Amino acid sequence: MENSELITIQNLVKHYPMGKNRFTALKDINLTFKKGEFSGVVGPSGSGKTTLLNIIGSLDSPSEGHIRILGKEIGSLSNKSAAHLRNHYIGFIFQTYNLMPVYNVFENVEFPLLLLKTSAKERRQAVLEALEWVGLSDKVKSRPKQLSGGESQRVSIARAMVKKPPVVLADEPTANLDAENSHHILQTMEKLNREFKTTFIFATHDDKVIQYLKRKISLVDGKVQSDERLN
Amino acid sequence: MLAIKLAFKNLLGAGLRTWLNAFVLSIAYVVIIWHSGILEGWNRQARRDMIDWQIGGGQIWHNDYDPYDPFTFQDAHAPVPKKFQEQFKSGHLTPVLVTSGSFYPEGRIQSVLLKGIDSEQSILKLPTGSFQKHEDAIPAMIGTRMAKNNRLREGDYVTVRWRDAHGTFDAAEIKIVRIFKTSVPAVDNSQIWLPLEQLQQMLQMPGEATYFILASGQQPVEAGGWHHQGYDVLLAEMDEIIRRKSIGGTILYTIMLLLAMLAIFDTQVFAIFRRQKEIGTDIALGMTRSQVIGLFTVEGAMHGVLAAIMAALYGIPLLSLQAVHGMAMPEGMDDYGLAGAEKIFPVYTTALIIGTVILVMITTTIVSYLPSLKIAKMKPTDAIRGKLQ
Repeated sequence: MENSELITIQNLVKHYPMGKNRFTALKDINLTFKKGEFSGVVGPSGSGKTTLLNIIGSLDSPSEGHIRILGKEIGSLSNKSAAHLRNHYIGFIFQTYNLMPVYNVFENVEFPLLLLKTSAKERRQAVLEALEWVGLSDKVKSRPKQLSGGESQRVSIARAMVKKPPVVLADEPTANLDAENSHHILQTMEKLNREFKTTFIFATHDDKVIQYLKRKISLVDGKVQSDERLN
Repeated sequence: MLAIKLAFKNLLGAGLRTWLNAFVLSIAYVVIIWHSGILEGWNRQARRDMIDWQIGGGQIWHNDYDPYDPFTFQDAHAPVPKKFQEQFKSGHLTPVLVTSGSFYPEGRIQSVLLKGIDSEQSILKLPTGSFQKHEDAIPAMIGTRMAKNNRLREGDYVTVRWRDAHGTFDAAEIKIVRIFKTSVPAVDNSQIWLPLEQLQQMLQMPGEATYFILASGQQPVEAGGWHHQGYDVLLAEMDEIIRRKSIGGTILYTIMLLLAMLAIFDTQVFAIFRRQKEIGTDIALGMTRSQVIGLFTVEGAMHGVLAAIMAALYGIPLLSLQAVHGMAMPEGMDDYGLAGAEKIFPVYTTALIIGTVILVMITTTIVSYLPSLKIAKMKPTDAIRGKLQ
């Protein structure tokens, strides 16, 4: 469905206990994300970007408020249901790539499909296709330690996209990359966004990333300061 | 299946660490099986030797006979019952006459048991064929322990004194015609074996015996004044010694296992600590915590599998070689009161091998699972960023 709301966030609050006190990382967040968006949550360190992304990705749960992803209320999901949600519908791209060092490129990208219990033939096809998207078909047998930073992040993108999820969450994906690689990565993700209508949500404070965003949500001290459409 | 596949991949990826752990665990396998095999072989050998040298297929005792009470020997004798004649004539039963006496090696006086046994018997391994008619003295044979303790050699003459059926003391010279080597002290220490007929004559107990030894597989015949003693009684002491030895073996077994499990446990704790980022990523990619715990548990348990394969590779040839050639026991074991053959042949039963493998696998799985429980308390959001918890 075009322009359908995939993610709805209402009055989201997140507290963390700190001794006798508590720290409020997110304060009354209200946002929606539609299919095919290329959005970013932008702000300085400690503004709550990663916390928001973690909650959207069901890795953490809200203290107050509601967040619905693809019709599922995050706050009431069991661990098993949350894992199912991540497994089927959400892709993650991490700042430090988080590739498994003992697996080669093919096996790293294949991993989410193993969890989905896809057949070997389908897995092979999907992995090779994903590696083609990111231009790493010739690195199938390479180990992560043999890859450059840019290549590692592209493998991470392929892993996130291999199951063609509706949502991909990218937390500071260019933080460890130089400018050239950063642009290359972002162009790749932009292409995938156009081709597959995958909703990309970034957490970033990198201007290079902001250049590519269609929507910029500014977060300061856990609050949405602004929410603007770009380009 | 997924856990096994991923675990195997992770194990191989860990490289040298995996093989070192597997090697250490394989040593535990081999040592446990070897030690248990030695004990089992030793025990079987001891039982077999006892049966071959002392108790045969069972014994029939005179009702008054108590081997632990020398005072009973005086009265514990009677003529061979007619019912035993058939077995006796066919060589399936042999009589033994026992009395207390003294002997005088090198002028010293020593208490001794005089035992008369048929020179043509073939039930026990005692070399009774060595008894030959000696005009000048009564032929006798003793064990090597007896010989060593009393500084006797073959060909030596010794005076023995005994009390006959009428209570009269008598003495005579015996000639040591044979010194036999046996692993069974019960037929050696403080005993002199004489031809049965000779002893019957000395004691003025013609045709009498104290007990009978049955050949293996022979059924005892009932006769008044005599009762059968089976292995349950005759081997009771041996079984008790074996049982106590087994306790020591079990303690060693347990220590070996604990050391091996400590290595696995430490490896698991270190692996989980070091791979927190990977654990967080696994959860982010859609694994449940239970699946991650299962993955690490299987990984740890697979060390047991690799170790079993390694142990088989070098253990089977080594242990088989020893099972064929035996293990030489140190000389002078007797000096320490340990009865045993010159060589022990270990026995590795299927139950021992399979039991050991199962036990090690179960304990490896448990010690792999316990540290993995920590994963349930991990925050994946911190783990993903590599923040140590």
